[in-house]
Amino acid sequence: MSAEIPSNLPAEAIRKLLLAFADDELMLGHRDSEWTGHAPILEEDIAFSNIAQDELGHSLVWYTLLEQLTGRSPDSMAFERTWNEFTCCHFVAYPRGDFAYTVVRQYLHDAAEQVRLSSLGQSSYSELKDVAAKLLPEESYHLMHSQGLVERLGDATEESHSRMQAAVDAAFPQALGLFENLDGEENLVSANVFPGNEHLRTKWLEKVVPVLDAASLQAPVEAKNGRIEISCEPDYGGRHRSHTAHLKELVQDLQKVYRMAPSAKW
Amino acid sequence: MAQQTLDEKLIWKELEKIADPEIPVLTLVEMKVIRSVRVQDNQVTVVISPTYVGCPAMDAMKDEIRSRLRDLGCEQINLETTFAPPWSTEMLDETTREKLRSFGIAPPAKHKGDLAATLAAPVPCPFCHSEKTHMESSFGPTLCRQIYYCDTCRQSFDRFKPL
Repeated sequence: MSAEIPSNLPAEAIRKLLLAFADDELMLGHRDSEWTGHAPILEEDIAFSNIAQDELGHSLVWYTLLEQLTGRSPDSMAFERTWNEFTCCHFVAYPRGDFAYTVVRQYLHDAAEQVRLSSLGQSSYSELKDVAAKLLPEESYHLMHSQGLVERLGDATEESHSRMQAAVDAAFPQALGLFENLDGEENLVSANVFPGNEHLRTKWLEKVVPVLDAASLQAPVEAKNGRIEISCEPDYGGRHRSHTAHLKELVQDLQKVYRMAPSAKW
Repeated sequence: MAQQTLDEKLIWKELEKIADPEIPVLTLVEMKVIRSVRVQDNQVTVVISPTYVGCPAMDAMKDEIRSRLRDLGCEQINLETTFAPPWSTEMLDETTREKLRSFGIAPPAKHKGDLAATLAAPVPCPFCHSEKTHMESSFGPTLCRQIYYCDTCRQSFDRFKPL
């Protein structure tokens, strides 16, 4: 696979885009893995362990593509950067919370991935298009699973409803951070590399709000002139490396073993 | 030996012996993980396409390919990964599906791109062939499997996830 970016495409902005994808997947994969051995039932333990492994695999694919552009290895990207060098959104780095929060976060993320990866099927950068086509069916299993849990837990019992609603209240503004604008994004849009975060956010809202609604869960949005408008403050900052202390703690944990013996062969 | 390494047929013959580390009744060639082979001067390029990109067995597969080709006398071995087209269970032929079944894994249904539809369709038990089965877990012991249960022979079994 030769990844060289054609000279008519905005190389710097493409690298930023790939980095955001890779960092998001790495952090969410790590958070999901924290359920291994701790999930409320065995099937969910297996599910979240599988999903974690998939997300880490997806971060590896994005880092590998970046390596072909920058020469820096995926291990170096994951284990040798300091926490304030990552460009993941805040959303993926928050602690795992209770299982309701985990389910809602995973669902909001999986729906965003679905929208994002489908849209990349039209990308003018062919490597991006190929990777997206590979990841999309894998991600669709995550979405079927997390959406199924949202639909069942949203109005199952009084407790499940109140926990799920609290999770939506917390996670929804955070999830908007997935769509924070990237530097140079206008160049990506004009070169047809990527349709732009505003466009993806609109598609995502059209997808998730009806599902939450049907599960008796209220998202912080309002319907205005046939459009879904957001009525909360998005949790931005991650794409511009302004992070919360949760990422610092996560990265310490993630890199702990590697930093003990950086030259070890696994 | 050096002359022989230039023979693509010989290389394919060797690659056809490599078993899938998680499903040893199948080879990487049958699994369509190994897509193509190119020989140029002294360099052998093997193009592979990962099943699930997070599959931890991928490294073991690559190591095995390298070691087999080295034993054959190949000196410069290059492994390329391709996602175009992406690996899919649609690529598995009938013989491969039958081998999966005989190993106790229900083969992936043909889906023509509609994964959700295959989850609603009945999955015959690989042991007693009954269609009275149900999904226990949409994820399983490896990234490529789901867990089902047969209500007729009361045996749980893995199903290869359609991808």
